[in-house]
Amino acid sequence: MSERERDEHSGTETTGHEWDGIKELDTPLPRWWLWTWYGCMAVAVVYWVLMPAWPGISGYTRGLLGQSDRAQVTQDLKGLSAQRRTGEARLHAATLQQIEADPELQGYAMQVGQSVFGDNCATCHGAGGAGGKGYPNLRDDVWLWGGTLDAIQHTIRVGVRSGHPNARGEAMMPAFGRDQMLSAAQVDDLTEYVTAISGRKADVAAVGRARQTFTDQCVACHGAAGVGDVARGIPNLTDAEWLYGSDRTTIRDQLWNGRNGVMPTWQARFSPETIKALAVYVHANAGGVAEPVAPPRDVVQREGVAAGASTH
Amino acid sequence: MTTVIDTTKRPPEECPKSAAGRLRDKAKNTGGLYKPRVPIYPKLVHGQWRRIKWALLIATLAIYYVTPWIRWDRPGALSDQAVLVDFFGRRFYFFGIQLWPQEVHFLTGLLVIAALALFLVTALFGRLWCGYACPQTVWTDLFIYVERGFEGDRNARMRLAAAPWSFDKLWRKGGKHAVWLGLAFGTGGAWIFYFRDAPTLLGEFWTGRAPITSYISCALLTATTYVFAGHMREQVCTYMCPWPRIQGAMLDEHSLQVTYRRDRGEARRPHKKTETWEGRGDCIDCHACVVVCPAGIDIRDGSQLECINCGLCIDACDEIMDRVGRPRGLIAYDTDFAVAERAAKRPPKYRLLRARTIYYAVALTVVSGLVTWGLAHREPFDLHALRDRNPTYVRLHDGSVRNGYTLKIANRTFFARPVEVTLKGIPGARLSAPGEAPGVVIRTMVPANEVRALRVFVTADPNGAAATLPAAFAIRSGGASAETTTTFLTGAESPP
Repeated sequence: MSERERDEHSGTETTGHEWDGIKELDTPLPRWWLWTWYGCMAVAVVYWVLMPAWPGISGYTRGLLGQSDRAQVTQDLKGLSAQRRTGEARLHAATLQQIEADPELQGYAMQVGQSVFGDNCATCHGAGGAGGKGYPNLRDDVWLWGGTLDAIQHTIRVGVRSGHPNARGEAMMPAFGRDQMLSAAQVDDLTEYVTAISGRKADVAAVGRARQTFTDQCVACHGAAGVGDVARGIPNLTDAEWLYGSDRTTIRDQLWNGRNGVMPTWQARFSPETIKALAVYVHANAGGVAEPVAPPRDVVQREGVAAGASTH
Repeated sequence: MTTVIDTTKRPPEECPKSAAGRLRDKAKNTGGLYKPRVPIYPKLVHGQWRRIKWALLIATLAIYYVTPWIRWDRPGALSDQAVLVDFFGRRFYFFGIQLWPQEVHFLTGLLVIAALALFLVTALFGRLWCGYACPQTVWTDLFIYVERGFEGDRNARMRLAAAPWSFDKLWRKGGKHAVWLGLAFGTGGAWIFYFRDAPTLLGEFWTGRAPITSYISCALLTATTYVFAGHMREQVCTYMCPWPRIQGAMLDEHSLQVTYRRDRGEARRPHKKTETWEGRGDCIDCHACVVVCPAGIDIRDGSQLECINCGLCIDACDEIMDRVGRPRGLIAYDTDFAVAERAAKRPPKYRLLRARTIYYAVALTVVSGLVTWGLAHREPFDLHALRDRNPTYVRLHDGSVRNGYTLKIANRTFFARPVEVTLKGIPGARLSAPGEAPGVVIRTMVPANEVRALRVFVTADPNGAAATLPAAFAIRSGGASAETTTTFLTGAESPP
């Protein structure tokens, strides 16, 4: 090996590389760097002994500490459920109204409710609870089955047309057209009538023709004024809220085919405490008012419209 | 001191070399892939700079150890520790100042100020920080003091290092390391008090009830202090610290640095009492400056990366100059420019006002001013509105539209405060908290030193308004207020 060139100033060897007259020093590393490297190797060996490290044919070296992430997660989950038990007990002991009045407990219920809602309810009602066509909006003040805390809790428990013995939804919307209970012309006229009582312009002649049909077929459930009946889940036809849509095509479609929504019962799936938390969550997001459904506006006036007033 | 004088009688080639010089020799002899550390045995020196260093050592260590124990009265259950970084409570307390994590920009400002101050001081006076205030310097100084106590001064330490193992060597070395570890533990132990109530933690620490982070932090700082101040010393500055590299950009020929005035010192050679001083320099090549250097360099080689500008070689040289009857200041805080001027027989000029010092000073003033202004005008309340994103709006039975918001009201005062929330910008809009009837104002209490999350509904009749309406929430509590802008969505783009 030939003698390498030395830099005059520092006394250090050069690598022999040169760029534009600048030579690269081959400065030796400080010795303690080497020691640090040996130290890292030693730590690695200790780690192999203590922790799971080497894969084998049918397993791996377990390490003396017996560290297992899976066991750790199981342990953590146990701790978590133990933590939740206190909250569950408090939810169990309190009434829905008490939960809502206690900010701390309500906060807990909201957390539980949000998580459960996201996993189970969001599929139909949307992540924010705003619903969609055929799926009720849970954020507004219109409730098919009642928007009080107790009503919401009951609906979650038994569901709607769910097969539960106490399920809501005994009253069914008939398929007037499909089942040939009414003629196409009668369904067309009824469409105009429903449009009129919800406060919009409609064909006065058609409304007049439909009045008798409405009395014969619809009043039994929807009432003479068309305001529905929350006790039986009968929709109010006079407000601005439409489950399937407010345009004539959709209203006619509903009269013709008579769709009836279904919601599962959750009693078997959720604990009573979870259902409580869910009810509190849904109620709070809808405004949290004790009795959210306000009396329909201008019912009398619209009754007048339906009765054939000529303004439209 | 006679040893120093003695060196003048020895032939120059036998003079003690600086550690860097010895290293160069060693590298020349052996080559090799790795560079061994050449131990440095700094000799004790007396003089004004050494006195200043002792005073600063005591002052900085006192600040470090005493600060967590200073109490500061705060109401309620709040900590009464004057300086506390409370990670659990997410608050930073500094006497009368209290900062929240959201106000981390003040900390950023403080760091910028510290950096700029360092730049300015370095441009003016060189590496004052490195030489006097840096913890690495202070603790190394302290550890060398202990080492000297057990093993004696430079020559004794070198003899001891070379001596075979004996009981004497064992207890001196063992005692030194024991005291070092004790000091290191004291350092690590004091550190954790900045993060948890000091008197409480002291009790917790010794009864095993302190958080695991306290023990880990303490162990970590004990280890780093012991290793850095006891064993690594100047290598931390040379290899690990970026500052010696960065400072090259701060310094110029007008920066004050510890300087060997070669114009006066050269040509250097040993001097006999009977000799004349004519035709030679004042440097008698006694190596007093070399043997006291904690960085192991020879200052006469000029400005060097390893030099921390501690001034100990100035004291050492002044002592020699007194002894040989020459004026002090052969090594002194001076500028390269002044040395060059004197060498050219011109009177030296010192320029404190230079482009870079003006830049740094202006930047420092601006940032300090901003931070001070910000602290002085820190609002007691802070308001943020988070719109519900799903659903963005809800249409109610009567055709009106409701938007949901979560208001985050921060109360930075130490007392619970009643707050009035109002909405601006949407005529006829009604405001309600969950469970309340809509109105124009919401009244709520915001607990002391906390953020209150408040659900708020805004209901308005769209009445053919645009799809997006600008709005603003405002809060008022006593004389204090805060406002935040938001939007109200009417759903006009998708009618029912």
